[in-house]
Amino acid sequence: MNGDWELLWPKLVESFGQTLQMVSVALLTGGLAGLALGIALYVTRRGNLLENRWVFGVLNVLVNIVRPIPFIIFVTLLGPVTLQVVGTTLGTEAFIFPLSVMTAFGTSRIVEQNLVGIDPGVVEAARAMGASSWRIITTVLVPEALAPLILGYTFLFIAVLDMSAIAGIIGGGGLGNFAIVYGYQRYNWGVVVVTVLVIIAIVQVAQLLGNWLARKALHR
Amino acid sequence: MTEAPRDPGGDPQPAIELRHVSKTFGEGDGAVHAVDDVSLTVRRGEIFGVIGYSGAGKSTLVRLINALETVTSGEVVVDGQVITGLPERRVREVRSRIGMVFQQFNLLSSRTVAGNVAYPLKVAGWSREKRAARVAELLAFVGLADKAKAYPRQLSGGQKQRVGIARALAAQPTILLADEATSALDPETTREVLALLRRVNAELGITIVVITHEMEVVRSTCHRVAVMEHGKVVETGDVYDVFSAPSADAAQRFVGTALHDRPSRETLARLRERHPGRLVTVGVREGASTGTDLFRLLREHDVDGSVVYGGISEVGERPFGSLTVELDAPEDRVAPFLAALAAHADVVDLGTAAHPLDDPRVARLAADLGGRS
Repeated sequence: MNGDWELLWPKLVESFGQTLQMVSVALLTGGLAGLALGIALYVTRRGNLLENRWVFGVLNVLVNIVRPIPFIIFVTLLGPVTLQVVGTTLGTEAFIFPLSVMTAFGTSRIVEQNLVGIDPGVVEAARAMGASSWRIITTVLVPEALAPLILGYTFLFIAVLDMSAIAGIIGGGGLGNFAIVYGYQRYNWGVVVVTVLVIIAIVQVAQLLGNWLARKALHR
Repeated sequence: MTEAPRDPGGDPQPAIELRHVSKTFGEGDGAVHAVDDVSLTVRRGEIFGVIGYSGAGKSTLVRLINALETVTSGEVVVDGQVITGLPERRVREVRSRIGMVFQQFNLLSSRTVAGNVAYPLKVAGWSREKRAARVAELLAFVGLADKAKAYPRQLSGGQKQRVGIARALAAQPTILLADEATSALDPETTREVLALLRRVNAELGITIVVITHEMEVVRSTCHRVAVMEHGKVVETGDVYDVFSAPSADAAQRFVGTALHDRPSRETLARLRERHPGRLVTVGVREGASTGTDLFRLLREHDVDGSVVYGGISEVGERPFGSLTVELDAPEDRVAPFLAALAAHADVVDLGTAAHPLDDPRVARLAADLGGRS
C-alpha cells in the first residue's frame, strides 16, 4: 500500500492539476459565452428590452437541442469540430473543447433564469433615464442579478467538475480518470475513496466561496 | 407653493402637449384601447394631475410622454419638440430631460443611495467630480444626506421615494413624471412626499405630472387635473373648478372620495336622530365670505343655529367645503333667513326629521357608488 502511494501520489497531484485546468478553462470560456447567450435569451424574450421573436426562437431551440444530449455522447458527436478547432480529438486539451461548449449551453439557462427574476421596473427606470440597451445590460441587469448569478456559477463549477470526470474516454486526464484507471480498474478501492474525498473537498471550498461572495453581493 | 400659471395665454409654449393621442395594445378582437384619442396640454411650471381608476389608461398615458411607450396614433410634443417618430438615440436625449418617479420606487438594489442618484448623471456623461457635487446637493435637498452610503434595502418606503425623487431630478429635467408616487406609502409618508413634490415645483420650477387614483393627492398638490376613464379624458380643468362643479360622473365620484364635508345618507340619518330640527348644508367657496354671512344672517333673522357636521379644507390653496347647520326658530323666520342666505351661498335644504329632504349631490353619489359595486 505504502509503496503504491509513493507512485500514486504524484499521479494524483498531476490529475488534480488537470481537473483544475479543464474546469477553469471551461468555466472561463464557456461561462462567458453562456453569459452572453443567457443575456441574449433574456433580452429577446417577449416584452423585454430587445424583444425579437426570431432571435429568441432560434436560440431557445438551439439550447433545448444541445442540453439534453448526454455529455459522454456529446463529446464524441462534437469530435469532428474538436479536430478542426484543437487539432486533435484525444487528450485533456481535446476534452476541454466539448466541455466548454456544453458549459456555455448550461450556463445560458442559469443566467436567463436569474435575469428573469429582476424587477422589470428597474429596467424601466433606467430606460426612463435615457440609458441605452447595452448600458442597461452591463450596469443594471448583471449587477442586479449578481448574487444569484454567483450562486449559479458555483452550481456550474460543480456540474463542470462532474462532467470533467469522463475525460478519460478520449484519453484525457483529471481526477475522474485517475480514480477509474488507478482505482476501479486495479481493484484499488483506497484510490477511489481518496479521489472522491479530494473532489468533495474541492466542492466544499467552491460552495463556501460562492456563498460568501453571494452574501457580499446582496448588500444585506 | 407658488401660484401656477392659470392664464392659458400666459405662456406660448406648453411643457407637454398631447394631440389626439391613442395607444392600442394587441390587434383585432383582443385589442385594448389603453389611451383613446386624448388631447391635453400641460402648462410650464404647473402640477398637473391625471386621476383615474386602475385600468383607466393613466399609466400608459404618462409613458407616452417620455416615449417608454410609442403612440399608435397622434402626436406627443415635449418642450415644443415633436417626439413622436424620433429615432431611438434622439428619444433617449428627450428622456434624459424628463425625470420619472415610480410607485415601487424602482431603485437599483445593487447600488447605494448615492450610486442610484448618480446613475442618470453617468448616463448623461457627467464627470466624476460634477456627479459627486450634484449627488450631495440633491441628497441635501431631499433630506437624506446622511444616507448616501446606505443601500435601498436599509431604507423605509418614504426614504426610498425621496431617493427616487432625487434620482429623477439629478440630470436637471424640466419635467417630472410621478406615476402613483405615493400609492405604496402610508398617509403620513404620503404627505411628506407630496410636500417634497410641491417644493420641487415651487423652488425648482419643474413642471410635474402626477398620476394618481387618489383625489386627496389632487386636492392637496395639483393645480389642474384631467379625469380619465376607459382611456379617455372625461374632464379637464382647474382643480378648484373640478371640485366645486364636477360634471362627468367619474369626476363626481372622485370628488366624493376626497371630500367628507357633506353628510352621507347614513350619517344624515344619525344626524336626524340627534338633531330633529331643520338641517341645511351651506357650501363654502372661495371669495364668498360664507362663514361670516351665515352667522350675520342668523343674528339678523333671529334664528338659532348650531353647526352639526361639515368641514372646510383647501383645494388648490383655496377654501372649499360646507357646513351642515341645525336651525331652531319658527318657520316664518327660517324661510326669509334661508332666502337671504341662498343669495350668498350654495344652500341645500335637508328638511327636518319629520319631513326629510335629500341632498341631490350626495344622493347621486350614493346611487353611482351603488351601481358600481
